[in-house]
Formats: sequence, structure tokens, C-alpha cells
Amino acid sequence: MSLFKEFTKGFVKENPLFVLVLGTCPSLAITTSASNAIGMGAAVIFVLTMSNIFISLLKKFIPDKVRIPAFIVIIATFVTIVDLVMHAFTPDLYSSLGVFIPLIVVNCIILGRAEAFAQKNTVLSSTLDGLGMGIGYTLAIFAIASIREILGNGSFFNMKFVSPEASTILIFIMPPGAFLTFGYLMVVINKLKAKFN
Amino acid sequence: MQKLSSTLPNMVLSLTIISIVMAIALGFVYEKTKDPIAKGQQAKITSSIAEVLPTFDNDPTKEMTQIEGEDLVIYKATKGGQWVGSAVKTYSPKGFAGKIVLMVGFLPDGTINNISVVDQKETPGLGTKMTEPKFKNQFNQKNPNSYKITVKKDGGDVDAITASTISSRAFCDAVNRAYEAFKKGGAQ
Repeated sequence: MSLFKEFTKGFVKENPLFVLVLGTCPSLAITTSASNAIGMGAAVIFVLTMSNIFISLLKKFIPDKVRIPAFIVIIATFVTIVDLVMHAFTPDLYSSLGVFIPLIVVNCIILGRAEAFAQKNTVLSSTLDGLGMGIGYTLAIFAIASIREILGNGSFFNMKFVSPEASTILIFIMPPGAFLTFGYLMVVINKLKAKFN
Repeated sequence: MQKLSSTLPNMVLSLTIISIVMAIALGFVYEKTKDPIAKGQQAKITSSIAEVLPTFDNDPTKEMTQIEGEDLVIYKATKGGQWVGSAVKTYSPKGFAGKIVLMVGFLPDGTINNISVVDQKETPGLGTKMTEPKFKNQFNQKNPNSYKITVKKDGGDVDAITASTISSRAFCDAVNRAYEAFKKGGAQ
């Protein structure tokens, strides 16, 4: 597979959220506003890319039987770095993402890419894979979050475009709305995929 | 280079080295971010004190009394040596999604001057309305002596947020806790 394809496969064809259906729990929980989605997406892109780079660099050095603990140590380190940096420099974003930043450690996307890709491939293609998958994930949660915020809260990036008294479709902000949005978007993506293949 | 085989020494060596390197990296980042984190939290406290009290010229964070550790703290504000009011950092564990932290400003006679929400994790679009003036400003210039801080549903005087009675109750709970603390330790 060409390097360009390694990079772009995460966007639609192997989108981690809509096609591989990995890491759905945090994705449903934090997608209440578009700015949350961008923050979470940035954190995932960083962790995924860095852990992919490190794991593909160290793949010869890590014996097979201890690869999972080794991967978890590497991933947890990068997640903690993101957690500390966000806490220090973007406190508002940090408080709205809450516990879901530390939970990136157990996000299946990260460990899944380490297992399925980074430990078998070169540093360059692992980097591109991490970036591409991260961007695909960000696009996916951004789509969910935009729909939920616009319909449920009448705002976009926390900018209200309806009057404060206007009633919005509140269910989209609540957990059921996350499932509804996720389900319908998955239908659309599957339809698109079938058309292009 | 051949991939390391899974012998005991190899596994121990590999995991140990990875852990040590990662620990060093983490320690470095922790040192770098420690000060901004502390400063950010301090700034949040200072700005919310200024928001809820009339003008003052001392540093209330230097004249604080802890009632319940870090959670319930009274900050005394003076202007030209004259006591102008106290800000009480208060909390309620009864929020819809965890703890709510408020800063409540009292004038010397116990009247609520203003309230600011320091931290909350309520449902966006519902409970988060507690941060909007429409809800929180109804407490301003009210004295808890004569104004009953519970929602109307429970026989009090407070208009609850539509569809967020739990968040409104938690808010009242926190304000009441602040008033109790103010009576106990702040009203000199």
C-alpha cells in the first residue's frame, strides 16, 4: 500500500469510529459541543501518533510476551503528558473533557493501532497511520458533536444563534441523542462506502 | 537486528528500561506544567472573588479561614481597613453530575452580593444554565435570613431552572452551606 493510502485510509474507508467502531464510549460522552470534539481529537491525534512512532521504533526491542504492558506504559505516558499540558494551558477545555482525557489510555483505537499496525510496520508508515487515524477520529467526533450542539443547544462552538428563550431539541444533548446521531451517521457512512467501492 | 526473544532477562530488561525512560519524561513534563497549573487555579479563585464582592483593596487570599479544609473557605475583603464583605468558596456534592463549586459573596450584614460558579459538570443546555445571570442573579441582594434558599417545589423562594430541579437544588444547597459558614466564621 502506498504511503498516501496509509495516511488517508483512516478518513472514511477504515474510519476508527464509524467503520472499525472502536473507542465509542468517550466519543459518545464528550460530543456535546464542537469545541470539546476538537480538543479531544487533538489529544487523540497526539497520543496516537506519538505512541505509533515509539512502538514502531521499539518493536525489535520489546519481547512478544510483554508487548501489551510495554505498549500500555508508552501510551499511558503520552496520555498523562496531554493531561498535564491541557490542565496547565487550556483549563476550560480540561474541565469540560474531565475524566475522558485520562481514559484515552484504555481507548481501543490507540492500542488497536499499536497491535495491528505499528508493531509490524516502519516508523514512517506508522506515523502516517497514526496521523490519518487520528484525523479520521477527529472528523467523526466533530461531525457528531456539531449535529448535537446545533440541534440540542442551538449553538456552534459555544456561539448561540437562537434566542435564549427558544426551545431546542434537548434530547440531542443528552446521552440518547448521542446514540441517535451516531447511528444515523453510521448509516450515511456505510451508504457512501458502498457507493465508492 | 533480530527481535528480542521472550526470555525472562530480556522481558525484565525491556520493561524496566521502557518504564524508566517514560518516568523520566513524565517527571520532566510534570515539573514544566506544575507552576502554570497552580497559577491557573489561583487566578480562577482570585477572579471569582473579585466578581462576587464590592471593590476592595486588600488581598483576600491572604486573609482566608478554612472551615472544611480546601472545600469550604472564607476570604475576607477590606477596603481601607474597613470590612466590606466576605467571599465564601463553597460546594455541593448533590449536583446531577458530581460536585458543584461556587463562590458566594456576602456583605457584612449577610446579604448575598453576587455568586459565581467556579466549577460544575452539569448537563450542557440544562444544568449549565446555573451559570447564566437569569438563574443566579435572583439571589443577589437577598438576605438568607428572610429569603428561603430552596426551590419553590420544596417550599422555598428560588425559581428552579426548567427541567433541572436537581441542579437547582444542589446550587441552593451550596449557597446555604456558604451562609452557614459565613455565620460561623466570617461575620466578625
